[in-house]
Amino acid sequence: MDVLRVATAGSVDDGKSTLIGRLLYETKSITQDKLDAIERASQRKGIDFLDLSLLTDGLIAEREQGITIDVAHIYFNTPKRKFIIADSPGHVEYTRNMVTGASKSEASLILIDARKGIVEQTYRHYFIANLLRIPNVIVCVNKMDLVDYSQEVFNAIKKDFTALTEKLPNKHLALTIIPLSSLHGDNLTESSERMSWYEGDPLLTILEDLPVKKLLKDLPFRMPIQYVIRPRNEANHDFRGYAGRISSGEINEGDSVVVLPSGRTTKIRKIYKYDTELECATAKESITLTVEDDVDISRGDFIVRAGEETELRTNFQAYICWLNSQPLATNKTYLLQHGTLVVKSKVSSIEFVQDTASLLKIESINTLKMNEIACVSLKTGKPIAADPYDTNPPNGTFILLDEHTNNTVAVGFIGS
Amino acid sequence: MKEYLREFPRELEDEAVYIIREAASQFERPAILFSGGKDSITLVRLAQKAFYPGKVPFPLVHIDTGHNFIETIEFRDWLVSQTGMELVVGHVQDDINAKRATEETGKFSSRNTLQTTTLLRTIEEYNLDACLGGARRDEEKARAKERIFSVRDDFGQWDAKNQRPELFDYLNGRIKPGENVRVFPISNWTELDVWNYIREEKLEIPSIYFSHTREVIDRDGVLWPYSDFIYKEPSEVVVHRQVRFRTVGDMSCTAALASDASTVDQIINEIIDATVSERGSRLDDKRSEAAMETRKVIGYF
Ligand SMILES: Nc1nc2c(ncn2[C@@H]2O[C@H](COP(=O)(O)OP(=O)(O)OP(=O)(O)O)[C@@H](O)[C@H]2O)c(=O)[nH]1
Ligand SMILES: [Mg+2]
Repeated sequence: MDVLRVATAGSVDDGKSTLIGRLLYETKSITQDKLDAIERASQRKGIDFLDLSLLTDGLIAEREQGITIDVAHIYFNTPKRKFIIADSPGHVEYTRNMVTGASKSEASLILIDARKGIVEQTYRHYFIANLLRIPNVIVCVNKMDLVDYSQEVFNAIKKDFTALTEKLPNKHLALTIIPLSSLHGDNLTESSERMSWYEGDPLLTILEDLPVKKLLKDLPFRMPIQYVIRPRNEANHDFRGYAGRISSGEINEGDSVVVLPSGRTTKIRKIYKYDTELECATAKESITLTVEDDVDISRGDFIVRAGEETELRTNFQAYICWLNSQPLATNKTYLLQHGTLVVKSKVSSIEFVQDTASLLKIESINTLKMNEIACVSLKTGKPIAADPYDTNPPNGTFILLDEHTNNTVAVGFIGS
Repeated sequence: MKEYLREFPRELEDEAVYIIREAASQFERPAILFSGGKDSITLVRLAQKAFYPGKVPFPLVHIDTGHNFIETIEFRDWLVSQTGMELVVGHVQDDINAKRATEETGKFSSRNTLQTTTLLRTIEEYNLDACLGGARRDEEKARAKERIFSVRDDFGQWDAKNQRPELFDYLNGRIKPGENVRVFPISNWTELDVWNYIREEKLEIPSIYFSHTREVIDRDGVLWPYSDFIYKEPSEVVVHRQVRFRTVGDMSCTAALASDASTVDQIINEIIDATVSERGSRLDDKRSEAAMETRKVIGYF
């Protein structure tokens, strides 16, 4: 059974949590005791209907303020697939939580309030979805009940959104636009009679039919080493296994490989998946490799196939999204983590800060505040074996860590 | 019927093994919090897989309320002897004796909240910098908000409004001395995923998960397992019922479920048809709307 990871996006109060709650409700994924609890909580808030946003807004502070602060992970199945939904906050202050949710998803649901049309957060979130190369974006024009289910309103928003996508073209992205009412359940699991002018499928059908692109396996083989398994017991005296999760591509027994950054070469002797031996393993699998020669391999190293080496980089450009309340300081040392390798690094210059609404590139700025996105030049103390994000997404990301606070302060996407 | 609910998505196992290996690499003294329940049993199996053919590089830590089901303790000891893993037990009774914790009294008293004191003391005593737990996001609405690496301060507190961003597969376990991290490898599994895994992997589980005859007190339809640890009104009667447990906490906070399910397949059928959620039988969650969040904030897992 395949798993589809979906994240919500869009401005505050556009109805993201209500949409997810309603989807669970309509697919009968909520047990009676949870429904009863929501009914009681709704009553306490003085609402005379079931406030389904309470299904995901589980923190005390969220319920008090009626907003989402951090991502809630929600699970449900249909006969077609298993869904993992990251219901993300819309408030600009919590953009880093939205990025957290979006970074793992294969589909982004961007909500728009039909009365308001495209607003600043729509631009920002679309930009982020685009930056992350999320393969599927579904634009949900919500609250259609408040605009009389009007086709004109929907078409106007659709036109605006199409204009936006033309300004930010992305050939990898499949886009769908759908009119909805999360509150009343229109076009969620069944086609709405109140919008018979809409010819597409209801949202759930769209989600069930989205192709999960298995492109990762067609990319060159990349595996960051997590851990070296050395049992040192009698039965496995000489066993030395290199454990990790394949980030892209496939590997076969007998393949010639290169260890990066050292450049040493060897051959794959055996591939283990836990206690079983495999001839071949593929992207996303957690495996253990043994090799023919006695070469030095440890955590932080990469194994790639011979002839498919990445360029080793110490100076490069990248888009970064700043995630911390302490602004970026250029020429301060941060730790950069790529795969399992952690190296010292500095942002040597900010090329430009990206205005996500106007799409203008603002130059001559020397700091970056929380939630801002910029193109920067970095240098690292040791080389990293990364690919450009565009050609190999799983091997084209990194995070920046603050040595003093230990916080994750930025996420980066390596440029070509 | 509903065959699609009976299949375990293997990518969840790959993800869990990745997380467990990160924990082993990033921390100096990690441990598995072992409750004797199905989720921690699953965790032990995943850890064995993660380090095969090597040994699991961390001990099991059991926080013993003293009010456990005998079957759970027997199972725990059996598992320890089977796996050769080290076992550390933190006794809630020790904290009560030392006056670090005060026993609750009355009809609904439980040692569940006291566990946190003992957990934090054990973490300190053994200098643990990470605890791997079997908590899942689908269990409860506050748990749905958890990160996979959840950083806790000197007092074990969870700052829900200020969690570290967790991007792609990156797990940042860097901490200062005194802080520790709760690691949740099966965050993205559901109750059914766990049961399907138990079936596919043929894992042994404590007998109380299966239907058996037990003495219970029926309080407004909630079946409380009768034991020395439970307060009984003179007017209440103890009856025999055919029951099983859906989650295993300690005896004072886990209600029984009337059930005839005596195989894993039958349990899976029962869960597919259930109209009550897993933690619907957890009396510790029913104390208030935000009972779980409140406990997590002060150091629960
Ligand atoms: N009339 C109408 N109201 C809706 C609809 N969807 C959501 N709402 C209402 O809009 C308000 C905000 O809904 P939420 O689901 O909390 O919005 P959100 O997008 O999750 O907000 P944040 O997570 O805080 O960004 C609530 O009062 C909902 O009841 C809809 O389709 N029609
Ligand atoms: Mg919300």
